[in-house]
Amino acid sequence: MIDPILTMFITFILASMLRVATPILLAALGECYVENAGILNLGIEGIMLFSAFTSFLGAVATNSSLIGLGVGLCTGLVLALILAVLYVTLKSDQIVVGIAFSLSAIGFTSLYFRILYGTTLPRLPVKEWIVTVPQLADVPIIGRVFFNQPFMVYVSIALVPIFYYILYRTRFGLKVRTLGENPVVADTAGVNVFLYRYIVMLIGGMLAGVGGAYLSLYQVSLFQDNMIQGRGYVAIAIVMFARWNPLKILAGALLYGGAEAFAGAIQALGYLRTIPAEIVLMLPYLITIVGLVVLARRARFPPAFARPYRREMR
Amino acid sequence: MSKEDYAVQMRGITKTFPGVVANKNVDLDLRKGEIHGLLGENGAGKTTLMNILSGFYKPDEGEIYVEGKRVKMHSPKDALKLGIGMVYQHFTLVPEFKVVENIMLGMDVVGKKLSLKATANLIEEQAKQLGFTVDPWSKVADLSLGEQQKVEILKVLLRGAKVIILDEPTSVLAPVEIAGLFNVLKQLASQGKSIVFITHKLNEVMEICDRITVLRSGMKIGTLNRSEIASTLDIIKMMFGVEAEPALAAEVPKELGKEVLKVENLVVESDRGIDAVKGVSFTIREGEILGLAGIDGNGQKELAEALSRIRSVKSGKIYFKGEDVTALSPADLYLKGVTYITDDRISEGLIQDFTLAENVVLKDFRKNGVKRGLFIDWKKITENGRKLAEEYELAAAKPNSLVQTLSGGTQQKLLVAREIGGDASLIIANQPTHGVDAKTTAYIRKKLIESAAKGAAVLLISNDLDEIFSCSNTIAVIYEGRILGILDRQSATRENVAYLMIGVKKD
Ligand SMILES: Nc1ncnc2c1ncn2[C@@H]1O[C@H](COP(=O)(O)OP(=O)(O)OP(=O)(O)O)[C@@H](O)[C@H]1O
Ligand SMILES: [Mg+2]
Repeated sequence: MIDPILTMFITFILASMLRVATPILLAALGECYVENAGILNLGIEGIMLFSAFTSFLGAVATNSSLIGLGVGLCTGLVLALILAVLYVTLKSDQIVVGIAFSLSAIGFTSLYFRILYGTTLPRLPVKEWIVTVPQLADVPIIGRVFFNQPFMVYVSIALVPIFYYILYRTRFGLKVRTLGENPVVADTAGVNVFLYRYIVMLIGGMLAGVGGAYLSLYQVSLFQDNMIQGRGYVAIAIVMFARWNPLKILAGALLYGGAEAFAGAIQALGYLRTIPAEIVLMLPYLITIVGLVVLARRARFPPAFARPYRREMR
Repeated sequence: MSKEDYAVQMRGITKTFPGVVANKNVDLDLRKGEIHGLLGENGAGKTTLMNILSGFYKPDEGEIYVEGKRVKMHSPKDALKLGIGMVYQHFTLVPEFKVVENIMLGMDVVGKKLSLKATANLIEEQAKQLGFTVDPWSKVADLSLGEQQKVEILKVLLRGAKVIILDEPTSVLAPVEIAGLFNVLKQLASQGKSIVFITHKLNEVMEICDRITVLRSGMKIGTLNRSEIASTLDIIKMMFGVEAEPALAAEVPKELGKEVLKVENLVVESDRGIDAVKGVSFTIREGEILGLAGIDGNGQKELAEALSRIRSVKSGKIYFKGEDVTALSPADLYLKGVTYITDDRISEGLIQDFTLAENVVLKDFRKNGVKRGLFIDWKKITENGRKLAEEYELAAAKPNSLVQTLSGGTQQKLLVAREIGGDASLIIANQPTHGVDAKTTAYIRKKLIESAAKGAAVLLISNDLDEIFSCSNTIAVIYEGRILGILDRQSATRENVAYLMIGVKKD
């Protein structure tokens, strides 16, 4: 017999690994298309924060967490559209715009949350997100980890092979990758560079929005100041060390998720009281940095990365 | 001829860029089934005119008719739909993609939504029809320039082009490859396709063009039938407005001095880690121009880079004036008097986002005259840029023009001017006249010869036999990373060298 406490510990870590990896995975999948098309969207952090905020408001107002999720998705679309106008049409510097946008998101959402609620905390509607597969969910460890999860976990994992297939096996994916390699090639092949860059921005915005909503509606069940805590940037880092490949992004997101779950478990179980909590909380980010240094050292960036396209320039 | 017999008619095309009129009221008629040469000196506006026809640039004024019907194009997509395809001066292929992926991209614009496999079959079929083979599944980066050129042509054809524009397609090809390309073009023309052929090599014009149009400073000078052209001199007159063929004023020096460069058993790896140069030895002396002939991709680039020290040497030795420089840094070697003209002006030779004057001073900013304590004398730099632009007749280029706005040939001239302007004792020149018009080609060759006459040693890497034979006093041929023979200019024949370039030794 395995020690029941150990079984519980392992189950807890694996199950929450999938859950905390989900928002990162969603954001990273979207950013993967954005970067493959030659755009660096550092605004992803801000989109997630805004969506976490609006979806929370939406859910409280309508008493439906699903509508809240929809609000988060739409917020992502609208913000991505605004960023796309800046990146693609106005050809602004993507790094400056992205960071400025994400920083202003922190101030904006914190301020309005206080204006709206002061210090009283509104209650979220009861969410029925957990999908339990009968019988299978009772299998030790595996049941809790794979068959008793919020539906967003299943959705995001299902997106991975779909995103991979579209990127590497379809005409659409070929066009997206060409934009990052050389927009001139795409343009002279009759691909509308601007249209496609808008499309990938919208895909990225939508997924980042859903990821943000998932955080406030489910994972944290609350809106807090700066609650994304760099997860958008982590998603960007994961895209890079996964070399822009959706399958490897899944691995990266799980790695991060595992670290975050481990840190959470240690805290929850009250183990290792001697280690300051801050060190434990730092773990996921540390792992991301190490991953970036080790794996992305020889990464080949898309040659047109973060460069706006002008037709009449060579 | 009625209007419908013309594949394309361009009327009164004008295009201005900030500070430059690239095309001024230009007319161009393109008949069905003809090969039409488009000629003019660097910066004359050839590429611009064709960018307009391919929908890439929008004209400020003018009209375009396709098979008699007025058309308005807003993007290359519109042009593709009208059956106009262009092979650009700088190839538009993604090196990281497979051939079939490169070709599939853009076929849906003309309604061909095929799978990769079906596209690959089409590619093989089309290639066979034209008398060559291409592996659709190989990565473009692994192909030679000649093969890439074929992929470009297949790409345009499979997108259903009836009008095919080729912007300087031969400047990167070796003699055999050029002959192959010409066969393909003639075949396409006989199928009724119209071809616009831009080149600076006038003998090619005489060989395959049915008609030619000449541009000068953005204006059309005239259109001639092949039968109206007696010799290349007629074309030169139209292009430059001068009476004489640009002459090689200088004689290749006969007396050679001390040894400048000595290479012993040099082995150099390519980017992909295989030996590209496989044990090469030679020497170059003062006053000597060693013409290294070879088809692109046989190790000449790696050799040139190893000699200029920007690529590491696997084994072997390099001596410069008797000193072992095998491990020297490129900057130190440059300061000792070695200059290098790269064959990749776009990404290695010039900084596209810098101005002309800044690019000129790039290598020399340490020298006195430009340096003022911690600062740089911008007035002087601008002045240097202006002088160079004047000497090399850099068309319409001002010291503060961004390099990316210069025409292909003008960029090349700028690069060469910067490297041979000083008093180097060893010049490594890789395809120095690539894409440069006849007049400046003669000027650059003269400059190289003059440098040699003043005692410099020159390594001239070229796939152009005219260049090799008119400029060098020793000829070496490189094939698959080995030097197949070092010949004296007097005893070498063109035939001999051409065969050696494809690895065949003839006695
Ligand atoms: N995108 C651009 N922006 C600014 N100026 C440009 C641009 N493209 C071309 N020009 C200018 O227009 C003129 C014509 O250039 P073009 O490239 O058509 O010459 P070309 O005849 O093709 O020359 P080459 O033989 O050197 O290729 C040049 O003076 C060039 O500097
Ligand atoms: Mg040109």
